[in-house]
Amino acid sequence: MSRAARRELFGWLLAIGLVWLIVYPLGIVLIEAVGGPGRWTLDAVRRFARESNEWRALTASLMLSLASVVGAGLVGVPLGFLVSRVAFPGRRVVGRLLALPAVLPPLVGVLAFLFLYGETGFAAHLVRAVFRLPEAPWRLQGWVAVLLVHVATMYVYFYLFTRAALSGLDLSLEEAAASLGADRRRILRRVTLPLLRPALAGAGLLVFMTSLASFSAPYLFGGGFRVMTTQIVATRLNGDDRLAMVETAALLLLALLGLVLLRKTEGRAEQTGARKGVGPAPPRRLAAVPRALAAGTAWLSAVVLTLPLATLVLVSFVPRGTWTTEALPPVYTVANFISLIRDPVRLAPVLTSLWMAVVATIGAVAVALAVAAFSRRRVKSRGLLEGLLAIPWAVPGTVVAIALATTFSVHAPFAGRFVLVGTLWILPLAYLVRNLPVAGRAVLAGARQLDPALEEASASLGAGRARTLRRITLPLLRPALAAGASLAFVTAFGDFVTSIMLYTYDTRPISLEILASLRQADVGTAAAYGVVLMSVSAAVFFLAGETRGATG
Amino acid sequence: MTSEPSGAGGFLVLEGLTKRFAAHLAVDELSLSVPRGDILALLGPCGSGKTTTLRLLAGFETPDAGRIRVAGEEVTDAAPAARRFGMVFQHYALFPHLDAGANVAFGLEAQRIPAAERARRTADALAKVELAGLERRPVGALSGGQQQRVALARAIAPEPRVLLLDEPLSNLDPALRERTRHELRTLIRRIGITTILVTHEQEEAFDLADHVAVLRAGRLEQVGTPEALYQNPATAFVAGFIGRMSAVPVRILAQTERVARVLLPGSDLVWEVDHPETLSGQYQLFIRPEAVRLTPPGAGVTGEVIERRFVGATALYTIRLESDAQIEVSAEPSVAGLGDRVGLEPQGTGRHLFPVGQG
Repeated sequence: MSRAARRELFGWLLAIGLVWLIVYPLGIVLIEAVGGPGRWTLDAVRRFARESNEWRALTASLMLSLASVVGAGLVGVPLGFLVSRVAFPGRRVVGRLLALPAVLPPLVGVLAFLFLYGETGFAAHLVRAVFRLPEAPWRLQGWVAVLLVHVATMYVYFYLFTRAALSGLDLSLEEAAASLGADRRRILRRVTLPLLRPALAGAGLLVFMTSLASFSAPYLFGGGFRVMTTQIVATRLNGDDRLAMVETAALLLLALLGLVLLRKTEGRAEQTGARKGVGPAPPRRLAAVPRALAAGTAWLSAVVLTLPLATLVLVSFVPRGTWTTEALPPVYTVANFISLIRDPVRLAPVLTSLWMAVVATIGAVAVALAVAAFSRRRVKSRGLLEGLLAIPWAVPGTVVAIALATTFSVHAPFAGRFVLVGTLWILPLAYLVRNLPVAGRAVLAGARQLDPALEEASASLGAGRARTLRRITLPLLRPALAAGASLAFVTAFGDFVTSIMLYTYDTRPISLEILASLRQADVGTAAAYGVVLMSVSAAVFFLAGETRGATG
Repeated sequence: MTSEPSGAGGFLVLEGLTKRFAAHLAVDELSLSVPRGDILALLGPCGSGKTTTLRLLAGFETPDAGRIRVAGEEVTDAAPAARRFGMVFQHYALFPHLDAGANVAFGLEAQRIPAAERARRTADALAKVELAGLERRPVGALSGGQQQRVALARAIAPEPRVLLLDEPLSNLDPALRERTRHELRTLIRRIGITTILVTHEQEEAFDLADHVAVLRAGRLEQVGTPEALYQNPATAFVAGFIGRMSAVPVRILAQTERVARVLLPGSDLVWEVDHPETLSGQYQLFIRPEAVRLTPPGAGVTGEVIERRFVGATALYTIRLESDAQIEVSAEPSVAGLGDRVGLEPQGTGRHLFPVGQG
């Protein structure tokens, strides 16, 4: 077999493997929802269609996601403009602070929000102590609470996309508009915003999908307010697996529909011509009063949005049962952290989360590298491979979990199904599937930027394939690999949504331990775990950034 | 249409090389034979297949048909790493994460040459391109000209059998280009390495190469020394592509054994043109600017000066004949002014007949 033919064969084999891991379990969910071979029945579908609760959850998911897009946009876009375009004291610091939620697992954000604004949180304590109220003046529950959390954690996508787009925007376009007589507002409306549209649409899509798949916020704050993700978990808890399948299928279809619709509004990125000479607009100097106003707004936003994280850190130093009615916790110790290290039962989830995330990250990056290699070699299956890698991005974590749980709870080797549920391997596998899109996107983008002439140069200098890979390709891909791996690791390390469905006692990760601690009202321990999640994630991103800087 | 380079020893031989990309025939039965130590330029416009030919030689593409032999050994399907061909890429393809020395040493390392000798040969190669002592310089900190020379040093350090140059000067400033061209020529002649050079600039090809192969749409039009190509273009395409040429339709009046008598359009001017082959059908006369002399208007006056461009020692005049055909003539700047009527008279060589539609 020739080199090219063998390459094609391996490409198709990899595609088959990915189909088995990604598409096949989703197909099984769709089939099981209607009974499966030999037992076809529309019973569950009928029950789903008749039940008003189900429709309410479906509508709630959709409305919540749309509202999250609007809310996050209203917060993120102005902040992006403010920090990129207006000079004020501390602009850089505020810029960094506001980007913080991007590097944190969703559960950390939710937890931090709970500790600050929840009914037993800081704010409530403070108000109770000041006004001497018998109980918390508010309950952070229902759709308002979920929406608030979403906006507070997802504005960051709009913020970062706006800033990135503004920094890539050629100043000469705005200058051209100004020289044609357009005033500031007209430039914004006719030139700047239209040019930002692809970025904003991208951010909107991201918020929509994240929000549709969001589980921790509705689970912890929802109360009676059910969205599809929490509804699925509740139904499964009730033992009605078939109905859960139908719900999963409905959520999957909603996600795919959302993806298609939003992709349509995204449109094509305009070609803005050659970028030469003129960089992005520098931050504008304002008069004293507007400037103070801008600085105040920016700083206030940064504080409001990052204060929860500070609270999380503070609460992690509060020993259990020492904080009752005081405005601020009276006692601070490192006892929570010490028991986290000393007590093997408490340490176990940290180690478990670590090894599972490492395994899943290595797997996802390896698959991404293989796909990148095939893409570069122009094999026929490359479009399919890249598409497969991106699919899990559109699939909510709950759906992935249910699909894997269903597929790998049956022993049928000839159907490609094995019993993995209840073993050590189901969670790393689920993390891996969920990590494929982030790892894939980073690695493929890096590989596309790699000049093929470099590998050709290496080959023509007598280096074999292994040497070229080791000496040229991998070193040059290192920044992309670091970016992909760090994103994948952090997602897996802080995962809650798939873990809650697939964990066993031996593989309980940090997120489940946080939940358990909260249930026992052991807030300090929960916060300590949260701080571990937060600091490991931050450390990983920092290290990845260093790697990038070193070769850049 | 093809003529072998003189002294065809055939160190590097291409036989019926063909490469197809989807429906597009990039290289079409290309045969060439390059003697050892010869410098051959592949010259042609964009899309003529010259870069594909170079990539076939380097082994980055495999031909659909044909063979490549070097020193009697067939390398058609050999991996690039196994060919021992050195290549200088158009954009140099220097490894950005390695310094200049490590770039140059890369090929030696792949040959498992011991460290001490490797260092010596790296230093030698850098010295050859006048970059001695720059081993530890990051490639990003080098100027464009220096990068080009590091790329050259990297290609020659492993002592390849054949050196391949892909538009080696296209990435340099015009000011730097001429000097670098001179240095490049001196260097490859001193090493005496068989070299294949791809370029779309005739001047570059003429300046650097012993032989030039003109390609068009994947086919070889003509190969020969620069002088031969200039003086005896084999096809209308070569005539038009190399040097300046005006083409005017003519009528053949008579033909003897070696000479044709042709009538220029819209005039009663009859010129004799060397042409050994039998003529039939419609012809165009290709005229070099220096192959015509301007005479005072008088007998056989046929043109008007419609454009005059000053190019230094001479000026280029565009003469419109009464038939609207235009001829470019090189003459002294003071011979005629714009709007003058002038006579034309053949001088020296540089007039060729080619059938209409060929080219």
